[in-house]
Amino acid sequence: MSVIYEARYILLDGMLVTIKITILSAIVVYFMAFIAGLAAISRFRVVRVMALLYTEFFRGVSLLVQLFWLFFVLPFLGINLQPLVTAIIGFGLCLGAYGAEIVRGAILAVPRGQIEAAIALNFTRFQRMRKVILPQAIQAMLPPFGNLTIELLKATALVSLITIQDLTFRAHTLTLTTMRTIEVFTVVLVVYFVLAMCISLAFKWLERRAGVGMERGVIR
Amino acid sequence: MPFDWDFAKSILPRLAEASIITVQATVCAFAVAAVLGLMLAIGRRSQYREIRFPIIGFVEVIRSTPLLIQLYFLFFVLPHVGVTLPPFTSGVIGLGLHYSTYTSEVYRAGIESVPKGQWEAALALNYSRYHMFRRVILPQAIPPVIPALGNYLISMFKDTPLLAAITVMELMHTANVIASERFLYVEPMTLVGLIFLGVSVISVFFLRYLERRLAR
Amino acid sequence: MNSIVRFCNVTKTFGKLVVLDSVNLDIAEGEKVAVIGASGSGKSTLLRTLMTLETVNGGEIEVEGEPLWHMRRNDKVVSADEAHLRRMRTKIGMVFQQFNLFPHMTALRNVYDPVMTVLGIGKEKAIERAVELLTMVGLEDKLNAFPAQLSGGQQQRVAIARALAMRPRIMLFDEITSALDPELVGEVLNVIRKLAHEHDLTMIIVTHEMRFAREIADRVVFLDGGRIAEQGEPSQLFENPLNERTRVFLRSVLEAR
Repeated sequence: MSVIYEARYILLDGMLVTIKITILSAIVVYFMAFIAGLAAISRFRVVRVMALLYTEFFRGVSLLVQLFWLFFVLPFLGINLQPLVTAIIGFGLCLGAYGAEIVRGAILAVPRGQIEAAIALNFTRFQRMRKVILPQAIQAMLPPFGNLTIELLKATALVSLITIQDLTFRAHTLTLTTMRTIEVFTVVLVVYFVLAMCISLAFKWLERRAGVGMERGVIR
Repeated sequence: MPFDWDFAKSILPRLAEASIITVQATVCAFAVAAVLGLMLAIGRRSQYREIRFPIIGFVEVIRSTPLLIQLYFLFFVLPHVGVTLPPFTSGVIGLGLHYSTYTSEVYRAGIESVPKGQWEAALALNYSRYHMFRRVILPQAIPPVIPALGNYLISMFKDTPLLAAITVMELMHTANVIASERFLYVEPMTLVGLIFLGVSVISVFFLRYLERRLAR
Repeated sequence: MNSIVRFCNVTKTFGKLVVLDSVNLDIAEGEKVAVIGASGSGKSTLLRTLMTLETVNGGEIEVEGEPLWHMRRNDKVVSADEAHLRRMRTKIGMVFQQFNLFPHMTALRNVYDPVMTVLGIGKEKAIERAVELLTMVGLEDKLNAFPAQLSGGQQQRVAIARALAMRPRIMLFDEITSALDPELVGEVLNVIRKLAHEHDLTMIIVTHEMRFAREIADRVVFLDGGRIAEQGEPSQLFENPLNERTRVFLRSVLEAR
């Protein structure tokens, strides 16, 4: 285990890279999720179809295949991006498609009566969305988004295969140099697990905050 | 986009061969995930804490950590304790093990949706625990969750490229090798992407059909 | 008296709530006992502790002289293990308020599967027994129907056949007509009536059907707040209840009709 201790800065560096990629990608994922999710329920057929194509396409192709494609093929098309940017775009587009389904599902789950009440009160479309639908939908979205964010964390391990020096990359090279595979991989597993638990706790906290004053069916 | 159709056509046979490996890996891993997941789901309901807790711990850890690390674990760590498995086997076990944690949640939901009265009637009729599950509970728990299992089958198919990291010559890896031979990446990568997309779209349609038939 | 079932100081609590409060009740072999009482008085729980669906927190239940929830091991008395419970369970059968038929099996299979699987009787003989019992409850033409295709009354009759097929010595009926539409209650009560008159079965019937209880019971037990407030012959209890609470209960039930 002393090997791990000596290599702790290497692993720490890798962990920070992993965290950085996760956070930056998450921003793109949530952004794409809302855009595509809202587009999927637009009243304009064209917009809905575009959203559908986006989600079906990016959920259909394997994430790793997408990453590799972006990483290897884009240069041939004259687009030269840093690996980090490639990864963030790849995660954002692919997982954003999954996020779009979450957003769409949550919005559709808001009871029809709410929308009708809002119409009767003469809210504009925009006000309806902002003040009535979204606040209720957000509550339903949080648990699946929590899961999706953990999926994102796990997916970042793939960037080790496109030369980004994240935690997995460092772990792999460390085992090659020190041959202490058991300790290295065990420690790395624990680190990922702890990070996943942090995300889980963060979302549970958000869920509690969002649920204030909106307990369904609980009469105090 | 500069796409060399002739080159693309020429590499299709090799890609097709590699696809077979991909499909084999998916099917075998799914078999592992389907069976192991059920065992985990039933084990979670055991009255013995010694069985329940390790299972819950195992499921949480595997579910929350990257599949890639788990594959590395199987492929690189096991030889150190004397167990050397060929890449394909390691990959199938790793993929199957990882997804068994997901399928176990699916089975768990199915089992919990069986009304309490069924358990009570079976108990009153003195069914043994084994027969209770086999003849009363599982026949009611499993059919509704088959679509969810099917979704995970598709997800596993899309995760097979990870097996390339432990040298399994599946589709993605083969494309990579082809591409690096002549440094022509566009065609192989795009073809692989299209193949995955095609299989995925077809399976989604098939799954929706299956869902509708089961809902009868 | 040789009781076939004996409740000795049976106490059952759910958290802070005391549902059965030191209940003592002796039931003779072949006796038909009706248990009545308000909601929450513990009637169902009494049955369920006997059927091993609920544990007891105090006291013991004896079935054919043997303790249900305790057993002897190496000269010490310990809590019963699963094997002991299973052995005792073979003597008792139960019919539920919600029927609890297995939806994925036909009526016939609902009845013969437990016989085949639990009693180990060969499939042919098991089916024979099932047909016999389903005919007895008047469903010989519905053998291959699934529960979803049967009315509530028919489903409950299948449930009765299913419980009887296991040849228990003691049959428990937990408000078996309470979930039925009024016009379907009669057909089920007829089956019970037939059972009571033609068989030596020990029957414990929790019910709200007062007229029916009066008709077929040898003894009526009135449970109130987890205790037996009064018990006696139907004619005595219904016409001249000794206990004030019994009187209040009977009046409220009869007024509600």
